[in-house]
Amino acid sequence: MGTVLATPETAPNTPPSDEKTIVFDRVSIAFEERAVLDSISFELRRGETKMLLGILGSGKTTILKLALGLIKPDSGDIYVLGEHVNEMSEDQLFELRRKMGMVFQESALFDSLTVRENVAFRLIEEGRPAEEIERRVREALQFVELENTIDQFPGELSGGMKRRVGIARAIIDRPEVLLYDSPTAGLDPVTSTTIIELLVKQRDVYHTSALMTTHRLPDTLMMATHYFNEKENKMLQLPKNNSVDARTTFLLLKDAKVIFDGTVEELAASRDEYIREYFA
Amino acid sequence: MEIRTPSELAMETVLSVQEYTILSWEAVLNIFRKPRYLADTLLQADSIGVGSLPVVVLAGLSIGAVLALQSSNTLQRFGSLSLTGQLVSLSMVRELGAVISGLMVAGRNASGIASELGTMKVTEQIDAMRALGTDPLKKLVTPRVLAATIMLFFLTIIADLVGLAGGWLVSRFALGLDSNQYWTTAWQSLEFPDVFMGLTKPLLFGFIIATVGCYYGVTAKGGTQGVGRATTQAMVSSSVMILMVDFFYTKLLMTLMHVH
Ligand SMILES: Nc1ncnc2c1ncn2[C@@H]1O[C@H](COP(=O)(O)OP(=O)(O)O)[C@@H](O)[C@H]1O
Ligand SMILES: [Mg+2]
Repeated sequence: MGTVLATPETAPNTPPSDEKTIVFDRVSIAFEERAVLDSISFELRRGETKMLLGILGSGKTTILKLALGLIKPDSGDIYVLGEHVNEMSEDQLFELRRKMGMVFQESALFDSLTVRENVAFRLIEEGRPAEEIERRVREALQFVELENTIDQFPGELSGGMKRRVGIARAIIDRPEVLLYDSPTAGLDPVTSTTIIELLVKQRDVYHTSALMTTHRLPDTLMMATHYFNEKENKMLQLPKNNSVDARTTFLLLKDAKVIFDGTVEELAASRDEYIREYFA
Repeated sequence: MEIRTPSELAMETVLSVQEYTILSWEAVLNIFRKPRYLADTLLQADSIGVGSLPVVVLAGLSIGAVLALQSSNTLQRFGSLSLTGQLVSLSMVRELGAVISGLMVAGRNASGIASELGTMKVTEQIDAMRALGTDPLKKLVTPRVLAATIMLFFLTIIADLVGLAGGWLVSRFALGLDSNQYWTTAWQSLEFPDVFMGLTKPLLFGFIIATVGCYYGVTAKGGTQGVGRATTQAMVSSSVMILMVDFFYTKLLMTLMHVH
């Protein structure tokens, strides 16, 4: 463990615990006879944030949907929070999904509902008391700094704002696992940074385990080299002697296989040509 | 366009029918399962029932009027113009009220449901709903199936009544028949099997409209184009299914209830 840490409470160099929140064991899936994932295995430990990288169509979104049990693999085993996802019925999965949150690439907000109803969706469905719902919605919207949009409809929001409402909807019930599907895709660099800041805040303040897909390298590097300072309420760069977050790891997909899974240091040390080129 | 062999096509058809059957069956079972979505059901009832009222009234009125006009010609040749009321009444109640309302609502709502759910499908809103722990079959499909089935029942009664009124308008003002005679023959010719047939058909048709609309919606893929395709297919398939089911159901009831 590092000793001279800028923020002892968030301890960026603390490795994630050994407890596994997600396990993929030789998982394969094909669509229309094309193998999208071919016997891939990886683990996500508690507190870890793993970046899933790969070109468009490499199967990143598919991994997130498999973890949620939205689709079933052709073979292999998937465990989430100790449950055997691919063996569960849809009704059992609804229970498990209450402990998980997903942010969809195009936000997937319900068009016909207001921001309040979107963010509160899960709690309304569970029949929580109205005051609790209102309080939690405001908390979640405060987290993404969008309280003023509470009565608007998704159609009235910009792409970045929709993404933030999507994050608020995913985190409202404090999930143990978060799945982010290309949270910065299609956003300008400034808006992307505000989204990354939210993810870093979620990681460092709530220590949620997360899988995040992306094809934007600057975002992943920013996640690895920054921490959230709660006192100043903003994201700051890690000090030079301690420059990467040990809980942020990388997984690279190519041709339906995992060709790299490890930390930034391991990445930097890699001799593989495709990997060097990908991160060049 | 991919090229598919006839056996692949047959396989796909079998799978679609199977998927459709499962969806319909689950929609029915969900009526008896929790959670129930009363507010969503009422909202759908309003959109399907109240929304389709004007077009169903107009269609019913015109069909009733045209029936009287057309039949007067034939009946006159046999010197039995006084039977106009009976003819309009039997045709409307047994057959046309339900079929006309069914086809109108299919055009309006099967496509509407398919486009709404299809949009939700291709923009991942349906996945998002499942991810949030809610069953889209319970929250989206069952309320629509219930609402369409119940509302088409009432729309058909209204279509029957305005159809009779349309027939009366023509009999009274164009054919110069006695109003009293029209309504008496119209009323007295109806027997239980006629009414039973006329009021069970809309339950079948409403169910077809909503399940077909939902099926094409939740299986839509390929962006906005896919939604457009789903919308058209839902309207065409549900209309064709209504006409086919109408034929076989009529035949079945005629055999069972000895109607002639
Ligand atoms: N439901 C589906 N049906 C058919 N093909 C699919 C489906 N979902 C994904 N695919 C295909 O699988 C591949 C991987 O998709 P995806 O996981 O979305 O890639 P990524 O998120 O890495 O861009 C793509 O070629 C896509 O077309
Ligand atoms: Mg994707």
